Formats: sequence, C-alpha cells, structure tokens
Amino acid sequence: MKWHRIQALLMRHLYLYQRSFPRLMDILYWPVMELLLWGFISIYVAKLNVGGFNVVTVLLGAVIFWDLLSQSQRSVSVAFLEDVWERNFLNIFVTPLRISEFLASAVILAFVRIVMTGVVMGILAAIFYKFNIFIFGFYLVPFVVNLLIFGSALGFFTTAIILRYGTSAQVLAFGFLFLLQPFSAVFYPVSVLPAFVQPIAYALPSTYVFEGMRGVITTGSFSLGYFALALLTNAIYLALILWYFYKMFAKVKIKGRLMKLD
Amino acid sequence: MFVIETENLVKKFNGVTAVDGLSLRINEGQITGLLGPNGAGKTTTIQMMLDLITPTSGTIKIFGKDMKHNREEILGRINFSSPYVALPGNLKVWENLATFARLYGVKDIKKKIHELADFFEIRNLLQKMTSSLSTGQLTRVNLTKALLNDPELLLLDEPTSSLDPDIADKTRIMLKRIQKERNVSILYTSHNMEEVEELCERVIFISNGKLKDDGTPAELVKKYGHNDLNDVFLSIARENEELKNKNEK
Repeated sequence: MKWHRIQALLMRHLYLYQRSFPRLMDILYWPVMELLLWGFISIYVAKLNVGGFNVVTVLLGAVIFWDLLSQSQRSVSVAFLEDVWERNFLNIFVTPLRISEFLASAVILAFVRIVMTGVVMGILAAIFYKFNIFIFGFYLVPFVVNLLIFGSALGFFTTAIILRYGTSAQVLAFGFLFLLQPFSAVFYPVSVLPAFVQPIAYALPSTYVFEGMRGVITTGSFSLGYFALALLTNAIYLALILWYFYKMFAKVKIKGRLMKLD
Repeated sequence: MFVIETENLVKKFNGVTAVDGLSLRINEGQITGLLGPNGAGKTTTIQMMLDLITPTSGTIKIFGKDMKHNREEILGRINFSSPYVALPGNLKVWENLATFARLYGVKDIKKKIHELADFFEIRNLLQKMTSSLSTGQLTRVNLTKALLNDPELLLLDEPTSSLDPDIADKTRIMLKRIQKERNVSILYTSHNMEEVEELCERVIFISNGKLKDDGTPAELVKKYGHNDLNDVFLSIARENEELKNKNEK
C-alpha cells in the first residue's frame, strides 16, 4: 500500500467536508439529537427509580457507543457512495490505486468521524447530564476499536452489496445496521433476549462490546473475556466480508459494470 | 517498439461477444485512431486496456508487460480522458487536480499543476467549482488531469465530442502539441473522420469486435476506393450492420 494514494482520497474527503454543511450535519446532528432524546428518557426513568442502578450512565453510554458504531459503518459506505454519486469510479480506478488503499482510506475516515462524534457527544453528555464518559478512559478504548472494526466491516459489506446489485441497494448504507441493533444488546443485556435469539446475539462482535461497555461503566472493571470475544468475532467477520468484497469487485469487472454504478 | 499489444482478446457479456479475438499492436510515439461504428467494441477494448473490465480470454501487454500482473506499474505510466467521465463537480478544479496528482504520486504538486494549467490556459479556472465549468473548459481540465503523471501513453475516448468547432480545433492543436513536445503515444477514438485524418498517423478499424482494417488514413482511403475516411467509415459501418442483421435472422 502507498500512503500518498490513501492520503489523496482522504484529502478529497477533507475538501468536501470543509464546505459541506450536510456532511458535517451527518457527523453531528443525528448523534446530538439521539443524545438529547435518550438523555431525557434516562433522567425520566431514573426518577421512577425502577432500575436499581444508574440508568443515565448505562443508557447514555449505550447511545454514545451505538452512534460510534453507526458512524463507522455509514462513513465507509458513504465514502464509496460519494464516488458513485459523482461518477468518479473510472477516474480513480484508472490510476494505480489498489482496492486495499481505497478501503484503508475509508477506515481512516471512519476513525476520524468516530473521534469527532465521540468527543462532541462526550462533551454534551457531561454538560447536560453530568455524565463524564472520559473518566472510563483507557478501559473503553479497546471496545471503541472493536466498534470501528465491526462498523468498517459492515460498511465493506453494504458496499459489496451495492457493487453487486447497483445503487438501488444503497438504502442498505443507511439502514442495514438497524437490523442488528435488537440482537446487539445495545440497551439491555443479552439475558433479556429470548433463549432462541441469544445465539444470534453471541455471534455478533457488537454484543460483546456493549456487554463489556456496561461492565466498565457500572462496575468499573474491564472484561478481558468480552474484549477477546469481540476481537475474535470481528476477525472472522472482517475476513469473510473482505473475501466477499474482493469477490464482488472481481465479478463487477467481469460483468463490465464498474462504470455503470449509477 | 509497441506500447500496446493485444493477443486474441475476447470479451463476452452474458454470451454476447463484444470483442472477438482482437489482436492489435500500437506503435510508440504515434497518434493512433481506434475507429468503428457504435457497438463495435472500442470502449470495451479501451476499458480492458485500463483494467476496468476483465477479458474473457486473451492477453494485453502495455510497454511489453502483462496488464494482469503489472497493473500498478502500467497504470502509473498511462492516463485516460473522456468527456463522458467528468471529474467530481463538488470539488474545485484545483482540488480535483491535487487529488489526482497525489494518486499518481506527483512530487511537486503545485509546480506540476501550474505548469499544466499554463499549457492548457486554465489558471483562471483553478479556484472555480468543477460543476460551474463549460464543456470546453471541462475538456481542458480533463486533459490537464490526464497529463499530471507525465504519461507515456494516453487513451482518449472521443475527446472533442460535444465541443463547438472552435474549441474542438484548439483541442486538436493541443493534442498535437502534447504528442510532439512530450513524445506521448496516443490511442484515440472518434466519430469525426475529418479530425481523425488530420490527427492520426495510423488508423485501426474494428467491426463486430474484430479487427477490420489497419493502415494510414491515406492507405485506407485508397484501398477502399473512396474519396475520404468518412466514406470508408460508412462502408465499414453498413457492412457491420448487414452482418448483424444476418446474424440476428
């Protein structure tokens, strides 16, 4: 991989973002709205005093983590769609750019976006709800890294589907993650799910991240087991999805559809 | 020395043969016209040369190297321009050029862009949004992009289509200058036969995905017993159409 080619794609996104209000809104608007909504719900539930634990802390932690995952997936998918929308595929793929460089730039962009989202949400949570997520510091970092990996892998997956089935499938870029939300134990532990659904939950890296995150926030202890399982399942998903992506890319080149993705 | 060599190149899409055993040799340092009626297989052939489409069978060698195993090196030494492939309209001209300069690993990006902007007289356009440019301006910006990596081979797909006669003439003059001053080999598709006669030292006609004829414009005009290349094109196109109808029956 050549850094100058990854940098070229990153600079292109920087050029776009610096004067695109809708793109900045995509990073900040939805996360802030969700934070406000769930923050007030949490306060209300806390006042009912039914949880027996700090509802605000657990729910806000979940909302912030969910948004980091969502940003990561959407960022990768949209980075690809930008080239589809601008019909720029031919231009970039007649350069020596490798697919791996294209994907690497999307992951770096996703990382930048989740850092921005995380910092903004963290600051707002501290101001509005006296919830300081940063005090958990380094305990949460390994889980955030797992969210970046899983979100990126899902971004590659939706991108591969769009490559294969065309832009009519682009709705997946914005909605696919929500299919996994009920099974990822985002706002509740896996034990709440019916027994027959639990194996699905345990097959997802996001489940271990959210269970681990709850452990850090409620008990202050880091679960190496959850972290290891998140990493392991992530490695499996990433390998399978990358295989599928490369296969779809090759298929699109055989079918001559790379230039017709609009 | 040949800059491009294809051997028995075949491309089939769902059983339909778009390119049928095409063997070509493109000379170094010349402007070569790749001609043929619509659906003859020109665009598919060029896209296979750029590794955008995978051939069904056959080989493509560029600079004597197999495209399949030397993609990165080859694409770093060639470039492509087409009015049908616009640069992203949501970036400024400078931003687009800087992005592609980085993709090609250009060392001094600012110097290179300014040098080419002077050559194509687009300095005043560099800070404009690409979407705001006229067709003629876009063509010059596209050609600027196509020279960022000092290519040894340029693939141009109908570079003057949709340009008014004045801008088209200026573009042809620029292309001649590029070829002469930089010794770039150019493979060129066009439906404007006058332009081809003016620009190309050699012409390759393809029809139904096969090599139909090959020679200098004067040789082909003489061979077919016509007055100009336009009539040669028409007779090949009509023959192509008859063959297609016959095959369909």
